[in-house]
Amino acid sequence: MNFYAVWAIYAYEMKRFFRTLMESFLSPVISTSLYFVVFGAAIGSRIAEVDGVSYGAFIVPGLIMLSVMTQALSNASFGIYFPKFIGTIFEVLSAPVNFLEIVLGYVGAAATKALFVGVVILITANFFVDLDIKHPIAMLAFLVMICISFSLFGFIIGIWSENFQQLQLIPLLVITPLVFLGGSFYSVSMLPPLWQKITLFNPIVYLISGFRWSFFGVADVPIALSALAVVIFSGICLGIVWFIFKTGYRLKS
Amino acid sequence: MPPIVDVQNLQKTYNDGFQALRGINLAIEEGEILALLGPNGAGKTTLISALCGITTPTGGSAKVGGHDIQSGYRETRSMIGLVPQELALEPFEKVMNTVRFSRGLFGKGRDDALLEKILRQLSLWDKRDNRIRELSGGMKRRVLIAKALVHEPRVLFLDEPTAGVDVELRRDMWEVVEDLKSHGVTIILTTHYIEEAEAIADRIAVISKGEILLVEDKEALMKRLGRKTLRIELNEPVSKIPDALKDYELELCPEGLNLTYQYDTQKRTGITRLLHTLAKEGIALHDIHTSQSSLEEIFVDLVKEEMA
Repeated sequence: MNFYAVWAIYAYEMKRFFRTLMESFLSPVISTSLYFVVFGAAIGSRIAEVDGVSYGAFIVPGLIMLSVMTQALSNASFGIYFPKFIGTIFEVLSAPVNFLEIVLGYVGAAATKALFVGVVILITANFFVDLDIKHPIAMLAFLVMICISFSLFGFIIGIWSENFQQLQLIPLLVITPLVFLGGSFYSVSMLPPLWQKITLFNPIVYLISGFRWSFFGVADVPIALSALAVVIFSGICLGIVWFIFKTGYRLKS
Repeated sequence: MPPIVDVQNLQKTYNDGFQALRGINLAIEEGEILALLGPNGAGKTTLISALCGITTPTGGSAKVGGHDIQSGYRETRSMIGLVPQELALEPFEKVMNTVRFSRGLFGKGRDDALLEKILRQLSLWDKRDNRIRELSGGMKRRVLIAKALVHEPRVLFLDEPTAGVDVELRRDMWEVVEDLKSHGVTIILTTHYIEEAEAIADRIAVISKGEILLVEDKEALMKRLGRKTLRIELNEPVSKIPDALKDYELELCPEGLNLTYQYDTQKRTGITRLLHTLAKEGIALHDIHTSQSSLEEIFVDLVKEEMA
């Protein structure tokens, strides 16, 4: 294992993050505050409790997921796309590193950044609502796993993309709708019966439901199913990444 | 001693069917400077990319330091430093950071003293805290060289290192190359500037259409293929070449003041008889020059022959 290389990539990527630290933190803090003002205070006061949780608190896990997923995706996809775009990827390809080390470096850094953002939102949320986290360890495990799996997914998008438009395509067209329709701001039980069935095909539902369970002990789907969904999603992403490096897909000619 | 780089029948066919390397055989000795000459699209960069791990070869094999480039990629890549043709650098990064990153990426622990030595040698020390985008093209090239050297490679590939670089930097580069050679580093350099190969290479390999046409000691190549030209300046103009010198196929310039004679250094040159005859004919000489054909001319001849 070339630990120096893993560390070099990780530290280099993190430096990029710290260079824009203010922007990195400011934007999630502001957007979270806005969500609380609009959904928590203005609209939330007119919404009855959901599953016995005040609406302001209810949306916290979904808000964190929304930001963490998009942050992980954009950080990881940009992190690997940028060196491809400007040509510096040659150095990584010619270095004595294997695919696991490259992934650990890039995905590790992207996941760390997403985790930072998640924690910042959690802290910000505390200023607006009373949060009593029922299963803190499960909450942290879910958060970390989702940071990692979505960073892996972002890494795949970054390698697949051949231009900046493609880089935006999947996050915008697929992920954002799935996250919004995945129960970030409502409980699945609030939907009409037909949509309750359809929504179960959305994998994000399982992730958000599991994460919310770790906060409040209530969930739309069984917690075991949520845990399984995280593992399966991570497994699929890892498999695709392994295939990319095995074949050099869009990396090597 | 076995060669440090041993390429056996290496082939590369791209997905679109283009055959960039058609069975390259090349043995490079430790500590030598090999210049790889060839026209655009000859396969120079593909060969280097294959040896460095950027491109996967489709046939044949290659060893660096006794290790196979595919099964022993960790060993071979640790030994190799690569300066690519393109100025591929992250514009917002600082010089010091990008150089430090390269060392870590190649599995080496932090060594600030070595980094300082290399940056000083390349006149980059004063720029270490500058962002890459603030540097000139020549300076960026130096940064790429520094990045390739920080993990102390035994084999250094320089892919057109002085393309678009001013004369001063070119000389600096040659000095760096000489210094590396004195420390036993093997250097493979591709270039369009034959002057460069002539100035620093020990051996020359000529590649065209994915095949090595020849690999030869530079001096021997120049001797073997090199023709010399003798130019004789006369005191008084002459109207025609004396009959006694018909077999020399001399050329007389229009003003009648210069005679040129082309000869092969490998055969009898006939210079003694030429000068003797001129004296006998009563032609007074003002000056004489000899010049050797450059590698460029040799190279152009070779590639022309190949195309024919």
